[in-house]
Amino acid sequence: MLTPEQIGDRLERVLLKVQKPGRYVGGEYNSIHKDWHAVPLHAALIFPDIYDIGISNVGLKIIYDEINRRDDALAERAYAPWLDMEDIMRQHGIPLYTLESKHPLACFDLIGFSLPYETLYTNVLNILDVAGIPLRSAERGDAHPLIIAGGHACFNPEPMHAFIDAFVIGEGEEVIHAILDCLKSQIQPPGLSTSKFQNRENALLALAKIPGVYVPRFYDVTYQEDGTIAAVTPNRPDVPETVIKRMVAKLPPAPTNFIVPNIETVHNRVTVEVMRGCTRGCRFCQAGMITRPVRERSVEEVLQAAEQAVRSTGFEELALQSLSSSDYSGIMELVEGISQRFKGRKLSISLPSLRIDTVSIALMEKLKQHRSAGFTLAPEAATERMRRIINKPLADEDLIHVTREIYARGWTNIKLYFMIGHPSETLEDVRAIASLCKRVIAEGRKVIGWKAKLHAGVSTFVPKPHTPFQWVACDTVEQIEAKQRLLQNELRDKNIKLSWTPPEDTLLEALLTRGDRRLSEVIFTAWQNGTKFDAWDEGFRWQAWLEALAQNGLELAFYTHRPRRLDEVFPWDHISDAVRKKYLFEDFRRSLEGEIRMDCRQQCYACGILPTFAAARRANPGDYWKCPEVKSQAKG
Amino acid sequence: MRIRITFAKQGALRYTGHLDLHKLWERAARRAGLPLAYSQGFHPQPKIQIAAALPLGFSSRCEIIDLWLGETYAVQMAEIQAALPQGIQVLALEEVDERAPALQTLVTSAEYEVTLLNPPAGSDLNRRLAAVMEAASLPRQRRGKVYDLRPLIESLTLLPPEDKQAARLLMRLSARQSATGRPEEVLDVLGIPLEETRIERTRLLFGADGLQ
Repeated sequence: MLTPEQIGDRLERVLLKVQKPGRYVGGEYNSIHKDWHAVPLHAALIFPDIYDIGISNVGLKIIYDEINRRDDALAERAYAPWLDMEDIMRQHGIPLYTLESKHPLACFDLIGFSLPYETLYTNVLNILDVAGIPLRSAERGDAHPLIIAGGHACFNPEPMHAFIDAFVIGEGEEVIHAILDCLKSQIQPPGLSTSKFQNRENALLALAKIPGVYVPRFYDVTYQEDGTIAAVTPNRPDVPETVIKRMVAKLPPAPTNFIVPNIETVHNRVTVEVMRGCTRGCRFCQAGMITRPVRERSVEEVLQAAEQAVRSTGFEELALQSLSSSDYSGIMELVEGISQRFKGRKLSISLPSLRIDTVSIALMEKLKQHRSAGFTLAPEAATERMRRIINKPLADEDLIHVTREIYARGWTNIKLYFMIGHPSETLEDVRAIASLCKRVIAEGRKVIGWKAKLHAGVSTFVPKPHTPFQWVACDTVEQIEAKQRLLQNELRDKNIKLSWTPPEDTLLEALLTRGDRRLSEVIFTAWQNGTKFDAWDEGFRWQAWLEALAQNGLELAFYTHRPRRLDEVFPWDHISDAVRKKYLFEDFRRSLEGEIRMDCRQQCYACGILPTFAAARRANPGDYWKCPEVKSQAKG
Repeated sequence: MRIRITFAKQGALRYTGHLDLHKLWERAARRAGLPLAYSQGFHPQPKIQIAAALPLGFSSRCEIIDLWLGETYAVQMAEIQAALPQGIQVLALEEVDERAPALQTLVTSAEYEVTLLNPPAGSDLNRRLAAVMEAASLPRQRRGKVYDLRPLIESLTLLPPEDKQAARLLMRLSARQSATGRPEEVLDVLGIPLEETRIERTRLLFGADGLQ
């Protein structure tokens, strides 16, 4: 294995041949460099896309801090090399290495991938390959690092089961320590042998006993004749039948010392998470289901974190993060506090996911000095019928009123997010999106004339696991194209910009997100067929995926366009986000009836969070959680 | 108030380009608590000037930057250093006249020290250096434009070796805004591959009036 010095020497000779060499050298302010030999545990954290995207990921930053706070461990970072750098690394025999110490990934005890979305899967394989680590879990032995993954996509871990040794389900702040403590007892003291693990299988078994950790090799899957799953069963007596997600009862202090890149990246900002979870229950939204319960940081805590983060990074933008800013209990107080604290400073502030009401305008007005040119709202659907189906109620008149106000108050650009492909959507529902956009721009013109601009971002719905829509079919390419054509024809106004998602991108996500274990071979073959960076036009090759499906005797439509049987066992049924399948089904049935379920802050609908986390709720009484309080001793 | 900082740029920071370096200083100044002055207009920009762009991959021990502050401020060198990433080392700090000419207009030439990792034999190298210096003109093409490299080379000499392995060249090239000599172009004429060198800018030279 190459030493860090050897890697450094080889890099020197090649870095000027690639675009943006600053991606590959580290040295950023706030990066943490610990003495390699002073700690027994070495972890590499990887965002499997390029540096420019991965550097601002908050999830990995949290884990980076958690690990580096320990005396017995260090955490370093790596990202996917872009196509040009990958070629050069392969030519010159440079294995993928971490930015901090330049150690090859293969030197680490633990490699942790962030998997927030499915289009990163082939990059995981490619990264392991460039690192010279066997791709398949079954091919790795005592001398290889342990490969784990976490993030939202891991709520259906099965498509990646062949490549990842252990998945973390849910929030990582606490479980990462349990994992490191466990590893510590399983690794060899340094110098005794070249093996890292005394016995890899035993280490994995010990990990499988940690709540929230899923080790696929200890579970067997059987299938029915029609290709659906018969059962998923543990093949050992001592692992849980269902892996329940981890949830931190009280959010730990928000990270503030963000790593500041020395080159231009996609998001140059500090992010402060204001709250976690969402009580709205939009039926298409996976994040809203899997991040329950809602836990809010106090206004004071957010203000202090924001101040500290801006001071320690010098960044020019602050993002207040949550799934629904308007729902945060102290939102008005927070925005007032922020505007006072940062008065006169050159800082732009973003407040995502605002409700479509005049309160939102008042909030944005308070940030006037720090505002950006645009105002974003997400109606998602344009007809009353559709809005009832997806559980996002809104009256057209309210949207018109609010957008008119926004133009009147000095914003010239409004961005509206819509989605096509919702269950039972017709071309009339799609046409309504165009009509609504035209009404909005017409109102804008009345107020500010031809300066009024509108950007309609129309994505395509993908049914996700653990949501009320997990039973429904995704639109076919033909359906998607017909809907997109309709919008393109209808929205020819020069002040309306329309953007949409290529249908192939949607199908790939739809294939992988509800996939089963058989897709591991498809992912492997697709990668061998030459696709990677599936979130990028430069890398994504849909043909490679179609061929991979055919080579493995599987049908795309089985995964994407097949309405699921109501009693179907899903590939992810043994992974629990604590929201009951029964609850999701009930909500799905309500959607078919067009029944709205209001914000669950007003009334608890018993989704399943409280019985699972009753003890945590009891230990955190009051307003911190937005679930009702638990008084009695729960039955469990 | 206008302050002038001389700094070294080394290690990983060699791969941070000119525009990114502006941004880096802007953020470092904010971290250090300096009250940066901003331009007027719809997109206010901090007033920062860097004397001469340093090509990507080169290290330097002589970069100079001017920062304008909106108010009088007791600037501490240690505070600035603590706010900088490893790889940027503050060497000197001074206050300068707000109305002094822009740094970029003052630079006339720059010196580069080039370490050759696989040096040609000594006599051969000397012959090549002499051929370059004796040439009446060295027509070159860069980004589709033909220019003469020779007048941009003010001097080109072999430095006494620091160790037996590596030979070192010292070149002084014109660095005026309209006429900038590039070390990699000189190396190409000498037939030395860029990837077998380490280049460090060691000195910026200023016109007759020097730096005011």
